Amino acid sequence: MEIKKGIAVSPGISIAKSLIIDSEDYRIPRRSIEPSQRMAETKRVGKAFKEAIDELTKLEMGQEIREQRKIKDIFAVHLRFLRDRSLRKKITDLIGSERVTAEYAVSLALREIASHFTRIKDAYISERAADIHDIERRLLRRLLGGKKESVGNLTEEVVVVARELSPTQTAGFNKEFVKGIASDAGGKTSHAAIVARSLGIPAVVALEDFSEIVGGGDTVIVDGNRGIVIVSPDDETLRQYQEYSREFALLEHKLDGIREKPPVTRDGERITMLGNIEFPDEAQMVLQKGGEGIGLYRTEFLYLNRPTEPTEQEHYDAYAETIRVFKHRPVIIRTVDLGADKYTQSKRFMPEPNPFLGLRSIRFCLQNLTMFKTQLRAILRASVLGKLKIMFPLITNLQELKQTKMILRDVMEDLDEESVKYNGNVEVGIMIETPSAALTAYTLARDADFFSIGTNDLTQYTLAVDRGNEQVSTLYSNVDPAVLRLIRTIIQDAHKAQIDVAVCGEMASEPESVMLLLGMGVRTISVAPPMIPEVKQIIRSVTIEDCNSIARKVLGMNSERQVSVYLRDAARKVLPEAF
Amino acid sequence: MPEMQTEENTSDGVVCETVVEIKNADGLHMRPAMQFVDAASRFDCDITVSSAGNSVDGKSIMQMSMLAATCGTKLTVKAQGADAQRAIDALRELVEVKMFNEPPPKEHGKH
Repeated sequence: MEIKKGIAVSPGISIAKSLIIDSEDYRIPRRSIEPSQRMAETKRVGKAFKEAIDELTKLEMGQEIREQRKIKDIFAVHLRFLRDRSLRKKITDLIGSERVTAEYAVSLALREIASHFTRIKDAYISERAADIHDIERRLLRRLLGGKKESVGNLTEEVVVVARELSPTQTAGFNKEFVKGIASDAGGKTSHAAIVARSLGIPAVVALEDFSEIVGGGDTVIVDGNRGIVIVSPDDETLRQYQEYSREFALLEHKLDGIREKPPVTRDGERITMLGNIEFPDEAQMVLQKGGEGIGLYRTEFLYLNRPTEPTEQEHYDAYAETIRVFKHRPVIIRTVDLGADKYTQSKRFMPEPNPFLGLRSIRFCLQNLTMFKTQLRAILRASVLGKLKIMFPLITNLQELKQTKMILRDVMEDLDEESVKYNGNVEVGIMIETPSAALTAYTLARDADFFSIGTNDLTQYTLAVDRGNEQVSTLYSNVDPAVLRLIRTIIQDAHKAQIDVAVCGEMASEPESVMLLLGMGVRTISVAPPMIPEVKQIIRSVTIEDCNSIARKVLGMNSERQVSVYLRDAARKVLPEAF
Repeated sequence: MPEMQTEENTSDGVVCETVVEIKNADGLHMRPAMQFVDAASRFDCDITVSSAGNSVDGKSIMQMSMLAATCGTKLTVKAQGADAQRAIDALRELVEVKMFNEPPPKEHGKH
């Protein structure tokens, strides 16, 4: 039994066999072999090495690479590893001693070497673990060949264990079988965390070297409430967790009871509760959990997991499916927010050195107009089906907003010429998620029909903290006084301009922040579907007067710690079960 | 001035041993490890490298890189075979004189 502590990012308990996927989506099951298979597996290792060497030799000789000495050096080093007899012996010995398949032995041997490098204090040497991972992947590609199994083809319940999960991988998860997620990297707002929450899968991230400790097929407990994972639990621990898991399910069930009740505070203030979704099929879940519409429909999934861009019809079908679920209730579609991730980076000749400050989101769209217009056309066409609204992400200044709206008008004119119907009065809003947008909210409000505060990016840009870097993620806080002052400015400016302001970031789903947001004047909240009942429960347990006094107190505080301790106490009084 | 060096003749042929110090700033990372292994592999003699109680095969890049020798680390290089002396001379030249064609550490205060 081994217990690891990480960051809890999605609530719930799951107990299942582990499925280890590495950063290229390969699963390496621990399969035992009969002694008679040993020769055959050893031969497979030899063949994989030979093919990998041939492949690398070709790459090394390749014209375009010959000029780039550094890359050539990397391949040269990898080649020497592949030719290293002691490495091959280590692997073939494992096949004999552990009685495992070639791919498992390759994975085991190279992960052991990689973890040796990871432990070395010298940064220059420890980073070489990446080379070892690359060699491992190259060999596994050969061994797995055509029978590469992805997480899409699961037949039993698993806890997915990975070093790091990319948006592409999580987009392919099958909720029916993926019961929990544990990853080495990532913070509370990493992509894996957001997806886990929206799918309602318990998840713990920032577990350091967890994926190297756990073996494929080991029993793993993911405690997404306390941020703990346990490998191969003993009988007593397993029993305790099975019980705890039942209790937690009961609490969830109890909260489900308030589904039909409106989100109204005790003193009668009506709040609008919306859901954030990533995939069209989640719309149904928002409805089931008692949401009144979609406050944030992320559309990146359409672009991930595929080699070509989605067609206009594919966009349209996805939007239409969601809008039909909600009929005349609001569905806010956010235009594509790609960038700072695998999708845009992998399509680049040279990846950006600082992608979060680079060509991402609306900037990416404004430089890829054909792609952007395709999406806008589909959204406009779908706008006649219900109460659809358009939202632009990462607007940083007025110029950008005006330019984006001009493109939207261009697309409208195109549709007019083709006599295609759309709602000419469709509401157009923006995400406020950079300090520059927050500080100029007063001006932006004149050109926007609504605001939605993206607290994740707003926090990371305000505090200059990379939300996915576990070495600094403790500095990341939605309730830092600097962030709160910006949020207050945004809300006040929206009120002055008499436009709606919603909060759709993670902050809105943290029980301790809900009262503060209400006290600061927020009346529309959009959260991941599983969080809706809990947030609604808080809304129904408080008065606006109490919230106002909490907000007044908190806005006078100077330290993040003071704020978070105070808010936690206040929330505990209202909803003791959540803590 | 040469470091301490021993030489003896046994039934297995010549045995030479010497201590070399890693002098390039980034230590024995992948590329220097590769150069070391390439140089060692040009000789017929067996080459063993030890540091901090670990002894590894000087012709295996996996084992050499796992020594993780940083700048300032002293490595004991032992060669056994007919061309042991030439091997030791070549490896010393690579590590201490050529420093793997890499820069030495910057002096303090010169950032």
